[in-house]
Order: sequence, then C-alpha cells, then structure tokens
Amino acid sequence: MTALLEVTGLVKHFVAERSLLGRPLAHVKAVDGVSFSLEAGKTLALVGESGCGKSTVSRLVLRLIEPDAGSVRFDGRDLLSLDARGLRAFRREAQIIFQDPYASLNPRMTVGQILTEPLALHDLAPAPRRSERVAELLRLVGLEPRLARRYPHEFSGGQRQRIAIARALAVEPKLIICDEPVSALDVSIRSQILNLLRELQDRLGLAYIFVSHDLAVVKHIADHVAVMNLGQIVETAEADALFAAPRHPYSRALLSAIPVPKPRAKSSRIVLQGEIPSALNPPPGCRFHTRCPYVVDRCRSEMPRLVADGIGHATACHRTSELPSSEAIVRMDGGFSPVLEKLVAAFSGGPEAARGGGIRSLGAAPTSP
Amino acid sequence: MSASPLIEIRDLRIRFHGDDGRVTHAVDSVDLSVANGATLGLVGESGCGKSVTSLAIMGLLPKQSAEISGAIRFDGFDLLKTPDQTLRDLRGNRLAMIFQEPMTSLNPSFTIGDQIIETILRHRGGSRKSARNRAIELLRRVHIPSPERRIDEYPHKLSGGMRQRVMIAMALACDPRLLIADEPTTALDVTLQAQILELMRELKAASGAAIILITHDLGVVAEVCDEVAVMYAGEIVERAPVDELFSAAQHPYTVGLLGSIPRLDHRAEQLATIEGMVPNMAQPPAGCRFAARCPFVLDACTKVPPRLLEVGPGHLSRCIRAPLERLVS
Repeated sequence: MTALLEVTGLVKHFVAERSLLGRPLAHVKAVDGVSFSLEAGKTLALVGESGCGKSTVSRLVLRLIEPDAGSVRFDGRDLLSLDARGLRAFRREAQIIFQDPYASLNPRMTVGQILTEPLALHDLAPAPRRSERVAELLRLVGLEPRLARRYPHEFSGGQRQRIAIARALAVEPKLIICDEPVSALDVSIRSQILNLLRELQDRLGLAYIFVSHDLAVVKHIADHVAVMNLGQIVETAEADALFAAPRHPYSRALLSAIPVPKPRAKSSRIVLQGEIPSALNPPPGCRFHTRCPYVVDRCRSEMPRLVADGIGHATACHRTSELPSSEAIVRMDGGFSPVLEKLVAAFSGGPEAARGGGIRSLGAAPTSP
Repeated sequence: MSASPLIEIRDLRIRFHGDDGRVTHAVDSVDLSVANGATLGLVGESGCGKSVTSLAIMGLLPKQSAEISGAIRFDGFDLLKTPDQTLRDLRGNRLAMIFQEPMTSLNPSFTIGDQIIETILRHRGGSRKSARNRAIELLRRVHIPSPERRIDEYPHKLSGGMRQRVMIAMALACDPRLLIADEPTTALDVTLQAQILELMRELKAASGAAIILITHDLGVVAEVCDEVAVMYAGEIVERAPVDELFSAAQHPYTVGLLGSIPRLDHRAEQLATIEGMVPNMAQPPAGCRFAARCPFVLDACTKVPPRLLEVGPGHLSRCIRAPLERLVS
C-alpha cells in the first residue's frame, strides 16, 4: 500500500539573527531531519512540548513555508517541485484548521460567504448550486443550513470550529491538518468536536495530521503518534503501542506526566528537571541528554538514529534495549465505577439524547455573553 | 470538614449591571468553605462563575458594575465589608492569587527581583537587602536554578514555566494563609504542568496554607484536590470529597463532564457530549439551570429551582433526581 503522504528528511532552519550586512548569524533549528508517512484515512499525531517543531512540520507539509531540505510526496507527486498552478491544485487536496476559530474566520463575511469562497475559487460548483452545497456542508458538521446568513461573532467557540471544519471540507480534501483544534474549547465542547472529526473521517475517508499537546486527546483520536523533541522525531509508533509501553526516555516522561481523572492513581511519574534547551543552540549528541535520567557519555557526543524494531515502533535512543520496562509508565485510571460507567452511557444515550445520531443539528441560539 | 474553616463563603451573589441596563446573574447563592491546609477544586466551564467567585474573594471586582451580596469570612474579617485599605494589607500578604497567564501578570519593565522585593517591603517592611535575600530564597524554593543571577532578569527572558514559578514565588512572599490559583497550569506543557503541581503539593505540605484551585481539567483536580465544587451557570451544582466525586458523581452535569474527557485506558468510539448551550444569564431559567441540556430531565425540574442537598456524608447535589444510581439500576 502506498502512502498518501511521504515526508523524508525535512529540514527548516529559521534565521534568528543577522549581521549588519544581512548575513545570517544564528539559526533556530525548528525542524531537523523529520521523516514519516501517512496512509489515506488514517490519523498521525505529532506531539511534543512547545517549540519542538510540530507546528512547523505541519506548515512545511502544506508548503505554507518552504523547507530548506527534504522531500514531501503527496499522492505520488513531489510537492516541492510543483509550480504555482500545481500548488493551487494541491491546495484542494490538503487543508488546515487552527486552534483559534475566532481568528481564522473573517468577521465581515457571513458563514454562507465564508463557505462559498473556496467553491468559487476552485470552481467546484456552478453558481446556482453553491447555496445548496453550503447547506450540505453545514449539515455535515452538525449546523443548521439557515445559519448561513449569520456572522462568525454570533456563534460559540465550538460552533465556529465547526464552521472552520466545514470550510476545510468544502474542497473535498484528502488530508486535513488539525493544529491544536480543540485546545481553546471547553471540555464538553471539545468532546463534540473530537466526535465530529472522527465521524467525518469514517464517512469521508479523510487523513488527519493532528498536532496537539493534549496527550489524552491524542490517545483518543490517533492511529499513529510521532513524538518530537527539539525539531526531531524521537519515537514513532502505533498509538496503542506507544501508550502501552513508551520506549524513549522523553516519551516516558511526557506520557507519565498526563494527569488522569482518578484520585490516588498509582504514580510512576518522571518529573523532568531542568529547562528545555533552546532550539537556537541545541545540545550536541542526543538533544534530550541534558534532561535525560538515563544519560551516558555516548549520548553527549553521538546523535542517535531513529531505528525501527520491525513492527513499526521506532526509537532514537542509544540505550533503548537497556532501559527498564516501561509498562506502568502511563497512569491508567482504572475506569469509572460500574454505576458511573452506566450513568455516563445513559447520559449520552438516554431517551432525550437519542433524538439524532452523532452528528446533530445544534440550536441556533446565539451565544450567551 | 474541620469545625472552623479558614475561609467561609455564605450565600454569595454577584450581579453585573451592563451599560445597556441588562443585569447578568454571574454567581448565585454560592456557599463554600476551605479548612486550613486543604485544597478545594473549583471546576466548571467558561462563564460558570468560578473566576468571578475568586475575584470577589480578592476584592478585585469593579465597584461600579458588580453588585455583591452575602458574606466571605476570612481570618476574622468579612471581606465584603472590609475597607479597601485593610483589603490591600491582606492581598499579597495573607491572601494571594496566581493567574493563568504569567506574562500578563508580571510587569515587563521591572526585573522579577524588583517585583518580589516590592511585595515583601510593602507587607513586611525591613531593609531592601534582607528583602532581596528573602526573594532569592523564594526563587530557590520554587526550583529556579541559580536564583542569585535570575533575580535580576526581566520577565521576557524567562520561559513560560519559569514565569509561572516566579508568580508562585511572589504569591508566597508573605506566607499566605490562602492561595487562589486560577488555571495555573492551563497554558503549560504537561511536563511543566507536572512540575508546577508537584511544587504546589510541596508548598502546601511545608506551609499548611489552604488552596483554592480553579480549573476545567478534571485530571488536575483528581491529582491535587481534597474537595471539589462543580459550578454551572453561576451555581454550585455538586460538592464532594474528591474520591466521592470521581466514584459516585451525583449531578448529571458532573456525569457529562466526566464522560466527555478522553481516557487513557480505553478507547471509546464516542465521547459523551453535553448538547445545547449555557442558559442566558440575563434571564436565568425558572427551574434547574441545567434542565434544558439534561438527559434525565423531568417536568418538575423546569418548574422549581432545585436546592443543594446532602446526598451522602459531605456530598451535596443540586438535583432532584439524586441519588443518580436509581436511574440506572
């Protein structure tokens, strides 16, 4: 099976400082040799701390910024060799949604205009059919078609994120990059958007690159996870395998830090000491060695390569085979009590909640203040 | 709960008068208390009144537009009747608060040392030299490396996690009895969040201060709180010891919140969602404020506002259908 997206050796260094004559003096090594692939209809999550390069990778993949080196193949085409026209055609196949739907919708356009724009731009529906298509898109994301006449400020945060998703879907893409799509939303709204993303994936066969710092969300939505530290992937694996037994010391620390909704959950938390080194001047050798509890001399001088184990679990650590077992790293919440489990099921599937399927039209009520 | 709580809030009501004459009911009949050395989690979604409640405790609500009634007893004072001058002596001294965004709460044009020293001199007096030594000591206590050097740096030179630690150091400058932390880790990565939560636990153990932790993250609550109050549309809908809340939640809103968190140990196809919207608080509904979104709603729920009643030892719920076990057995 060929992958929808194949990224090899991607590099992006931003110039941080220039001399008087404009010669670059210092570089931020935002992305430094990142490779991964993604199959159609699947979700790859990029996780890591702020500044690890996960958002830069997602923009490089869309060619919103130009990489310094590496290659990106999408559906068999080499993206980096596309001319303006080819790039425009590619934009129909890959879209992005952002963390802040407030900032990504034009406040002076109605929702109808916002959704018509991509249809007109790519000439996807003849003018008379466009309002029909807008209604269809709104229904697809669980909003009532009559809302097309309203402006973004009349909607709540969750509804605005639905509008942003509808706009991305307008061009019928194969890939959507979701950059922290639920981080700005309240817990209950967050679950609505996650459910929606999942249903759309099943229905439309979308592939997602999901960028998030919320690891419980990642566990819920991703098929594959790539853990990034300072511009490099340190571990990549199937989501279930990674959460069951993370191998890289950085992944272990990251996953052990997730708070779980269970008081007195058994803790094997690894609290990292020290600060995240700057990407301006990453440490030599393994870039995690300054914070790694398992560091040895070799780590300080020699950069480890990402080595796969044959079942798709790759780790970039010299000591992978020597490290202690990591099975109890991720704190399991042990589930709710049976009564609470039943109540939660009744809450989402009760007689009242059963009115519609998962994608439901939401009321039009404008937000409360 | 202990016999004499450190802070006791009785029947707190806060209404905001808008310029257009609209009155918004931000907080209604909130009763809360926190004992010495205890941590209370105040949980709820945007606009539920949790932050407004904490600002009322600190006396930081605008006098012109906020109408406040009830009583907030703290350390022998009723904070709502205390003159401004006395409040200023309490704030930063026995009452301290940390906010979500440390960059906006630190003054960018002063060094972090200046800002901590100012707090110490204002409340404790003494020489600048001894205040500086104490500031260095505080920075060391919150695990800032080489505090002697860091103390002369400006906020922009520090990372987000460092800044939050500076905020905590400043809040601790005068050994507060009560620390209010409003979403202290929301803007941070999980690794830093773990460090800050660890730090808060350490400090509580060392100083015996009480903490009110405002958050929307139930995982964080489970980790650090002793008791939890869940707020919805300006009211407390459930209050319980933390173990109780996570094992036997007694309000449908709490059930919905718990069901909507993605979980680490099993992969649900669908997360629970809470349909509909928060009611318009200019005209709160006549009956239960959650009724319109509640799958367990009865006719009676929409008629009379339910009262917050005890359903178990120390466990209160504002739901006429509690105990909820009956609904699923």
